[in-house]
Amino acid sequence: MIKTFILGLALGLLGAATLVYVTPAVDLQREQSLISVQPNQGNREVFHINLPYDRIFSGSQNGGQNNAFPRAIAWPQQQALDGSDSEIFKLRNSKDIVVGIAARISSTKEASGSFIQWMLHLPARGSIFAGMQPGVTEKGDRDGLLLAGTREFHNMSGTLQERFDTDTGTDISGRLELVASLRTSPGEAQ
Amino acid sequence: MKYLAALLSGLLCGVVLFIVGLYYNPFVGRSTVSPLAISDTDVHSMSYSAVMADSILFTNDGESISKPYPEKVAELWEPTIVDTQLLVTTILDSRGQAAGIGIKMSSPSEKTRLLKSQLLVDSVWHLYIPGQGTLAISQTENYWSYFRDIIVPAWRNSSNSWRGTWTKNMTIGPGALGMAAVTGLSGDFSGEQGEAVESLNAQAYSILQGPVAMTGTLIVAMADPTGS
Repeated sequence: MIKTFILGLALGLLGAATLVYVTPAVDLQREQSLISVQPNQGNREVFHINLPYDRIFSGSQNGGQNNAFPRAIAWPQQQALDGSDSEIFKLRNSKDIVVGIAARISSTKEASGSFIQWMLHLPARGSIFAGMQPGVTEKGDRDGLLLAGTREFHNMSGTLQERFDTDTGTDISGRLELVASLRTSPGEAQ
Repeated sequence: MKYLAALLSGLLCGVVLFIVGLYYNPFVGRSTVSPLAISDTDVHSMSYSAVMADSILFTNDGESISKPYPEKVAELWEPTIVDTQLLVTTILDSRGQAAGIGIKMSSPSEKTRLLKSQLLVDSVWHLYIPGQGTLAISQTENYWSYFRDIIVPAWRNSSNSWRGTWTKNMTIGPGALGMAAVTGLSGDFSGEQGEAVESLNAQAYSILQGPVAMTGTLIVAMADPTGS
């Protein structure tokens, strides 16, 4: 009977270890990546934000006024933050499904020059950091460059374009579109 | 019948023994010195409060131990982001003065391996330090020790809380020597690459509200690409 017990003990140990080994502890929900291939290599992916529904957070300090959203937020009263603006949104793919979170930080009063930056975080894929041009194009769009990427976006280069459309024809007051055109660039590895 | 009972009790004991061995594995969780502590490059030391009520904003799925702050902030309930946490906080300099704003987004990593005592989280920081510039930090953190040394003892405690002194480097990658990858995005940091280590210092934790007294520290070392 002792031998049977020891056999059970070994089977229990082995079974538990096998179960933990083969069962993924983390299994993130994935949505199909809606990517189109560009003729000059690389790929293009369009994300968007429905305003105001997708806004999670907004904090800015212009002239000492607290313009935070939600209103309960205590935005730090640092003079150094004057002229800066931080916003966070839920990010959707072209099928209107939320696939990540996006943060936009900008400042107009930096001594080194004003900047606008995006951080896109797609949990199952990775993150993108992009710096935008301060001015807008004739169409009212804003162009930017990929500055850094993680995981799936590591070793990639390309552009990010920001478009704002107020004529959505729905109850959405505005649609902020982010068009990522990326290509693998082994020579620009981090 | 008695052989079946012996086999079943052996199986049960085996499973329990496996869980105990996994939990008390003596080969993991030892504190290590950050490689940046002995680096000869200039390092920036920044900190933040890891207590949600001290942050500017914290949100998650709304059903975790740490509740969103402030109360009416949008929750991340959509299936693709349901396990993601978002933190917006004031970044303090090495003297404890407000230095800027930090946004941290964290999601569980599919590279998590419980057999290796790994509870991995992929996280990214977007730091804005007025007058200096902006930084992007990407890292993989291991929360196994945090779970084993703080959350489980708090859960076992009759008051559902833990008190003590606990410090640990959370960063384990993706860079060499287990450090985070840093990219300078603008200002003085523009074009620079660097490495970073994030650590947590905990004094109190509650199962009902999450961290009660806890501080996070970011040690960042930047390398000038010109070598000057």
